[in-house]
Amino acid sequence: MARRHVSTRVNGEPVEFLCEPHQTLLDVLRDELQLTGTKEGCGTGDCGACSVMLDGRLICSCLALAAEVEGAEVRTVEGIASGNELHPLQRHFLEEAALQCGICTPGFLVAAKALLDGNPDPTEREVRFALAGNLCRCTGYDKIIRAVLDSAAELRGEA
Amino acid sequence: MATAEVDQQKKFKWIGTRPVRPDGLDKVRGRANYGADHALPGMIWGKVLRSPHAHARIVSIDTSKAEAMEGVHAVITAADLPEILSEESKIGEGPTNFRDLSHNVIAREKALYHGHAVAAVAATTSAIAQQALEAIQVEYEVLPHVLEGDDAQAPDAPILHDDLFTKGVEPRPTRPSNVASRTEMGRGDAEAGLAKADHVITRSFRTKAVHQGYIEPHAVVATLGEDGRATVWASSQGHFMIRAYCAKLLGMDQSQIKVIPAEIGGGFGGKTTVYLEPLAIALSGKAGRPVKMVMSREEVFRATGPASATRIELRMGCTKDGKLTGAHARLEYEAGAFPGSPVGAAVMTLFAPYDIDGCLAEGYDIVVNKCKVAAYRAPGAPMAAYAVETVVDELAEKCGIDPIEFRLQNASREGTQSAFGPKFKRIGNIETLEAAKAHPHYSAPLGPNQGRGVASGFWFNGGMQSSATVQVADDGTICVVSGNPDIGGSRASLAMMAAEEFGIDVKLVDPQIADTSVVGFSDLTGGSRVTFATGMAVVDACRDVIRQLRERAASIWGIEVDAVKWSDGAARATNGDAGLEPLSLRDIALKAARTGGPISGRASLTARGVGMAFAVHICDVEVDPETGKVDVVRYTTVQDAGRAIHPSYVEGQMQGGAAQGIGWALNEEYIYDADGKMENPGFLDYRMPVASDLPMIDTVIVEVPNPTHPYGVRGVGEVPIVPPIPAVVNAVHAATGVRITELPLSPPRVLAAMDARRN
Repeated sequence: MARRHVSTRVNGEPVEFLCEPHQTLLDVLRDELQLTGTKEGCGTGDCGACSVMLDGRLICSCLALAAEVEGAEVRTVEGIASGNELHPLQRHFLEEAALQCGICTPGFLVAAKALLDGNPDPTEREVRFALAGNLCRCTGYDKIIRAVLDSAAELRGEA
Repeated sequence: MATAEVDQQKKFKWIGTRPVRPDGLDKVRGRANYGADHALPGMIWGKVLRSPHAHARIVSIDTSKAEAMEGVHAVITAADLPEILSEESKIGEGPTNFRDLSHNVIAREKALYHGHAVAAVAATTSAIAQQALEAIQVEYEVLPHVLEGDDAQAPDAPILHDDLFTKGVEPRPTRPSNVASRTEMGRGDAEAGLAKADHVITRSFRTKAVHQGYIEPHAVVATLGEDGRATVWASSQGHFMIRAYCAKLLGMDQSQIKVIPAEIGGGFGGKTTVYLEPLAIALSGKAGRPVKMVMSREEVFRATGPASATRIELRMGCTKDGKLTGAHARLEYEAGAFPGSPVGAAVMTLFAPYDIDGCLAEGYDIVVNKCKVAAYRAPGAPMAAYAVETVVDELAEKCGIDPIEFRLQNASREGTQSAFGPKFKRIGNIETLEAAKAHPHYSAPLGPNQGRGVASGFWFNGGMQSSATVQVADDGTICVVSGNPDIGGSRASLAMMAAEEFGIDVKLVDPQIADTSVVGFSDLTGGSRVTFATGMAVVDACRDVIRQLRERAASIWGIEVDAVKWSDGAARATNGDAGLEPLSLRDIALKAARTGGPISGRASLTARGVGMAFAVHICDVEVDPETGKVDVVRYTTVQDAGRAIHPSYVEGQMQGGAAQGIGWALNEEYIYDADGKMENPGFLDYRMPVASDLPMIDTVIVEVPNPTHPYGVRGVGEVPIVPPIPAVVNAVHAATGVRITELPLSPPRVLAAMDARRN
């Protein structure tokens, strides 16, 4: 089967790649574009480790075909910081020990950013439901939820 | 070996603080390299063909069609690996036999569970590898299978291994059995103790297999050159373990294999053995190309982990004023397809929180046609605690005594004779119970349909072998090199102990995890041992360096080394030698070339004096009377850490263990169909707790320092998973009046129990 040519933008940069029609966005990010920050935990959309933003919408990149991102804007964990300045979420995850093994962290950061982009003042319950599609097996979520709430407060200028 | 030369009351500069972990930045920026993130030029993809039968004789395997496919570079079966003789291994976590391990990695003669590897291929793309698997023709002779531990003991049960005779029974059996072994452990006379009791509770418990549930599937890249040398990049709990196992299974020397540790995306005990690594090396050797293998989540469920399914019968008795007098337990743990469940640890741990004159535990290790179990965080203990801690709750209720008070009355303490051998040394059982009792959670009011449960937990923790080297750069900064994968913040704790030893800023310490060719042997990251045991090695290596720094200062000053002490990051003359300004680490490092050359220290040790761990959890649940759904609404963990080096990561272990235990109690279970095929091999149907299932998890770190560790460390990683199951189940009882003796407490099961009680 012929490979498809795709033009897109990833983390603000124009990107072109060739992909098999069946290849997922996750596989192309990881294997073709060497953006291995996006992780595969299940391949079935159940764990959220592969979360990315596609045109401002949070998706599991394991459930999207690479060919679908023609002309789109993809943002991955590698594109969350502004240059060398960490996003407040990244800083709070570090300062509040919201990661242990760290494999789920990229997905949580992307999903939390998607939440805060749309809801700058979420309640704890709203954070818990917004992140319910991201599995973490190490932390029990406590420190993740606190880091997201504290990031939200900082982004609102309250901290 | 490092001794407790640090004043346990001393105020520390770094110990007990919460610096950002040194490996954190790469992990929040997506730059950290985990098992599946590695790639090499010319790399091809390996995949595994797995048995579709729970028990079958492999009559023949025809790989010719697969081998003929374009893009296929290698196909292997067990015939490509050496036949391994039966030999007990001491390398991993829990008992392992090398022959069994070899047969688990790839089936030889028989497939023993659905999902058992029978062949593997390597091809240019993973899609071609998948097609090649479908072209392999395996002829099976399907055999009767047995899935449950009780069925496996029936006289007419299908036998998995013709050469397996029950160990630990006299006379030695003459017929093979699925009962691999019987062990027992106890203290005093259990039956006499039970006879003295006013109240005796007898209960039978069942738990299902549950998976460790790490989010990162097993992954490896391997090369094997024509010179017979292999390099392996893999995510695991111990790269020395991978080296040793692969060498054994492939008939190689350990010096021919270098294993480079990737970051590990969770393990919880499940990555203390090999699955893909020997296959990847063998495929690479045959293909002449680097081979990458990554399991799918379905493969992780079907062919790795899980923790044992169990059946436990327990009798415990106490006097009417609440003194435990006797206990007897029979524990049957499923090992999966090969012997080696953690029933031995269960037998040892289950009565440890209590001082009982007469107690006996009998353990049975039983093989069934399911995936071989693997270690899971305090292996074997959570299921045993489920039985003991719910029966203790029931006895306390019968006596009309508060459950924490009941535990305090019966608590093991320093000097108590344990059932598993030694007398307890300094332990924090009483202190954790007192802290739980004093916590505001314990006396907070409850709402409608809510109930509160408490439970204790115990775990030995591990010591074992560790190595470390410490190098001084000529700018006075420090590199700490060790050999244990960092699964949850151990780089931070090792760096903090080194900074404390030298008296320098922790930012000047670079903790690195080196491959098998760079640092001395270290046992795997398991048994809650890294901050304890590898920490001891790091402290010893630091003291080796400090000794050399004092010698260099003495030589620069022209005085005796005994007249030089090290404190706050500098060598200082102790006799008040006039004009001798202290020499900092940097001052001495700069002069190293002229005073004897580079400064480095090393330590290799077997860590003794493990500090045993106790924990108490308090759980509030709310049970929906209409549906039986249980929600955990408040949760508090109290644990003796000895000393918390980095309290945030200690809390993280406590919270994470609690969450896993809550999942085990309420949701998680392996579900098999009649043919032995797991029916829920994905995160949608194997339901681990998500953020919206849990409340905040409060933590209270109790510090009863371990006197044999230089900073008082006890292991902290495992004991947090021991109390949650009984804490949840006791809370459900308090809310509903029903005692449920089978996991998980899914809504239908809870509702049925409530309905039975209502009727």
